[in-house]
Amino acid sequence: MGLPFAKKDKISVAWVTFACSEDSSILFLELLNQHFFEWIKKLEFRHCRMLKEKGNSLDDIDVAFIEGAIATEEDAKKAKMIRENAKLVVSVGACACTGMPSAQRNVFDEKTKEEIRLVIERFGHMEKVHPIKDIIKVDYEVPGCPMDEKIFLETLERCFKEFGVK
Amino acid sequence: MHKEGDFEIKVDSLSKIEGHADLEVKVKNRKVEYAHLKISESKRFFTQAVRGKSALNVAQVVSRICGTCSIAHLLCCIEAVENASGIIPSDQTMVLRNLTMDGLMIRDHAMHLYLFCLPDVMNADSILEIAENDRELVEKAFEVKSAGNELSKIIAGRAVHPPYPIVGGFSRVPPNDEARKIAHLLKDARDHALEFADIFRDAMPLFERKTHFVALKNQNYEFIGGELCSSEGYCISRKNFLEHLNRVVKPYSQATGFEFEGREYMVGALARMNLNREALHPDTKRDLSSMLAYFPSNNIYMNNLAQAIEIVNCIDHAIEKLETSDFKKEQISLPKLAAGEGVGVIEAPRGTLYYNLKINNGGLIDYINLVIPTAQNMVNMEKDMEKIVQDNLDVGRSKERIRVELERIIRAYDPCMSCATHFLKVRWIEEGSRKRT
Ligand code: SF4
Repeated sequence: MGLPFAKKDKISVAWVTFACSEDSSILFLELLNQHFFEWIKKLEFRHCRMLKEKGNSLDDIDVAFIEGAIATEEDAKKAKMIRENAKLVVSVGACACTGMPSAQRNVFDEKTKEEIRLVIERFGHMEKVHPIKDIIKVDYEVPGCPMDEKIFLETLERCFKEFGVK
Repeated sequence: MHKEGDFEIKVDSLSKIEGHADLEVKVKNRKVEYAHLKISESKRFFTQAVRGKSALNVAQVVSRICGTCSIAHLLCCIEAVENASGIIPSDQTMVLRNLTMDGLMIRDHAMHLYLFCLPDVMNADSILEIAENDRELVEKAFEVKSAGNELSKIIAGRAVHPPYPIVGGFSRVPPNDEARKIAHLLKDARDHALEFADIFRDAMPLFERKTHFVALKNQNYEFIGGELCSSEGYCISRKNFLEHLNRVVKPYSQATGFEFEGREYMVGALARMNLNREALHPDTKRDLSSMLAYFPSNNIYMNNLAQAIEIVNCIDHAIEKLETSDFKKEQISLPKLAAGEGVGVIEAPRGTLYYNLKINNGGLIDYINLVIPTAQNMVNMEKDMEKIVQDNLDVGRSKERIRVELERIIRAYDPCMSCATHFLKVRWIEEGSRKRT
């Protein structure tokens, strides 16, 4: 059987965050302690604001990792744009996969909702906070708060396989 | 039309800092009109969400406010719950908490300095670029960072959102042989940490702006315990911290700022070094004596050198504790929560973190209030931005160069945006006016 995608030596990845505490991003940076030199051979960090300043681009991404939930229209638009440009999209961490805990305001009582209403309106927040899959199609999920390291590594392996990266 | 000498600089989505922030600077007739830091991170309303939740695990929830320093939130909130309920942790618990903080500082400072700042210092765009030319240096960077990570794992269970620290103590105490093993790892990393301190010492840009520094002050340069002191030479009761603060609301930003005693101030490694350098570990003092002479300093870039020194200090502190402590299993019964109000104060990597909460008769949270480091630095940051723009304009630097300098000075603060924005103030006040909290 052929590969689902054209074979590559290196896959281009994006790491993007929306409403979250970026704990999984931190875990990713901790994984670099062990994997940095292996990964720079197999990954091209096309968009990764944690790691580089110049040349970040969301064009032609093989795998987009998204951490965090969607809380504003602007973020929803950006997520759709990422989907259009990425062959695979992976939700990373509980906020991205389930919305929680970033989505805790969805279940506030009326009084508390009233208390936060001004902020919600002023900054164009949506009525509810959404997991990524509410907004776009997601190919893989790495659950956990923060993300489960083992599942993340397995998912990455799967991506390597799909692009025939050795 | 723009006249010669008028311009605006906008930088969208600053790179290499956590979270999301934009800058806006306006210059008229070659004079800075304003410098604004706009935080564009969505609020997640944690202080509302924890009302009515059990005080026993509220710390695990609020630590989700910030990924970079979840450990500081966790320990600070636990301290506030214990303080409210009159629970006094054992000496061993305090040693383990201090070790947990050492692990956090080593890991977190290493991330900021080696991954985000080192490229500035080495004139490279990124750590990826440095790796192409100097693989060994990058290996050393990851070795130090990894030693901090391992320390957190052994003592607290994980580097991010660790499971062992709980109200009243630790749910697991490390066996002595594991502790000694980590001490070894830290010893191996120590030489590299010294080398990086040298690199940063030689690369600190010149800059001066007199400001005010606030930090916990104690005898062993620890991040827990001690008094809250100012660089003006006085200390205040930790209980009353809020009374000394003014909240400053910026209509263009999703985060609030603070003033201390009516003035901008700075919290963080530089504040701690300015106030506590006499209390550094003897081994750190011995090996870094030439650097200590730079402090006290009014140069915000020195925050990075202070962080580099703190890494060494935390390594020395941790090695000593790991080698000399005899850790014993402790029986911790589920603590009885009493109703009351409590305060927690901790030095997080980015500065003083403050929790104030109230527990009701049912052991549930009535309210929770917190003041986080990046919010405290906000006003000071904008003042520094104004000055750096003006200084650069005065010597005729280009707009592009000024943009680079601006990003760099903000990065020197190591700001953490996800943390700065959890804050909610419903009443929006016009720019310039402020309210006493
Ligand atoms: S899922 Fe958990 S760890 Fe990840 S961003 Fe959300 S709160 Fe933080």
